[in-house]
Amino acid sequence: MTEQDLTTVVRQALARVAPETAATDIDPAVPIREQCDLDSMDFLNFVIALHKATGVNVPETDYPQIASLDAAVAYLRARV
Amino acid sequence: MSDFCMPALGADMEAGTLVEWLKRPGDTVRRGDIIAVVDTEKGAIEVEVFEDGVVDAILVKPGDKVPVGTVLARIRAADEAAAPAVPAAPTAPEIPPRAAPAAAHAAPAPRPAAPGERRRAASPAARRRAVELGVELATVKPTGPGGAITLGDVERAAAAVPAATDRLPAMRRAIAAAMSRSKREIPHAYVTTSIDMTRALGWLRAENERREVADRLLPAVLLLKAVGAALHEVPELNGFWEDDRLKQAPGIHIGVAIFLRDGGLVSPAIHDVDRKDLATVMRELGDLVARARAGSLRSSELADATITVTNLGDQGVESTLGIIYPPQVALVGFGRISERPWVADGRVEARPVLVATLSFDHRAVDGHRAGRFLAAVDRHLRAPERL
Repeated sequence: MTEQDLTTVVRQALARVAPETAATDIDPAVPIREQCDLDSMDFLNFVIALHKATGVNVPETDYPQIASLDAAVAYLRARV
Repeated sequence: MSDFCMPALGADMEAGTLVEWLKRPGDTVRRGDIIAVVDTEKGAIEVEVFEDGVVDAILVKPGDKVPVGTVLARIRAADEAAAPAVPAAPTAPEIPPRAAPAAAHAAPAPRPAAPGERRRAASPAARRRAVELGVELATVKPTGPGGAITLGDVERAAAAVPAATDRLPAMRRAIAAAMSRSKREIPHAYVTTSIDMTRALGWLRAENERREVADRLLPAVLLLKAVGAALHEVPELNGFWEDDRLKQAPGIHIGVAIFLRDGGLVSPAIHDVDRKDLATVMRELGDLVARARAGSLRSSELADATITVTNLGDQGVESTLGIIYPPQVALVGFGRISERPWVADGRVEARPVLVATLSFDHRAVDGHRAGRFLAAVDRHLRAPERL
């Protein structure tokens, strides 16, 4: 997957858990939990969606490494 | 013959609008079947029937707003003869209305199904919206899973109709009424404790490492299970203050406060939390959150809670002193789990600490029992493998 593919994957995963957040409004450098008002359940669903789309299993200890859209793309790119 | 009434889906509900009947006169129903969709300030709710039988008559037509307690339909036993035809005149509610009265109307006979016609699959929110906008579902092009009509499909079909009515003010008013009643009528008292979550989080971390991603557990599930277990030890916190006395509930149905993305909140119940394992509670919690935000909760989920848990840890608050949801007598509030100084064996260490607060109705329970409850929650969280 290219970086653009992964960006699309992350945006689609976010759209599933926070459908009211317009993709264009997301600042890729800002933590998504505070930006999209995600709670723990939302964030777990985000991780599940990433796993389904890429096969990458993000352990809980790595959650801080996928905090923003840019960070999540970089994390996935190193593992797909 | 029994009455199927407009349910009270929480202390703040005075009336509801019948959105759609999912059964017709003559249809057989079983306990737990969803037979109608009702619109409330908190969204479209699927209403279940609580007995087996046959729909004898439908008394309220879609679009009518009627008070809580109004008879919506009559259900007869399977071996009972059908009642005479329902008169066309308006039928007075059998239970006195709690809000401005709005007479129930005899519903027109449902249109017979055309050969081969099937009920269009649509989300409750879409059905409610269709009624609001006057859109015929049969004319809507579905885009949802399995050919279901979504809320968006309805709104697209009604593009010429003025913008959506804003539900938030109504929900805000309903919440305001319930919270004001609570503070006016319930003598609140509070007890708080700090809980060392080292064992709970360590156990959870190890448990989640061996689970599939989709099966991971959240700390919130441990909290719910700990509350359920503690209620066995202090059962007087699990129930209602009604008719000037405490009525303990036989089952432990924990209402979970869920914020809605467009504002407001709902507190649907997870039933029998104490009798379910962690995985089941986690699955039901996820399902409840998803359906609460999609607007497809069921009547029993909104009406059955025997105690409420609110967890504002995700918002970073240290502790939560909540307002009891009447007629319940207790609410448990949790803050965030954060590292704090903790003294153990004469040494100060950094440990993950959770502040738990119990708001209780002092008419029903005294401080001693409230303290016992929080001590039990603490004890259960220190032995997570047994939850």
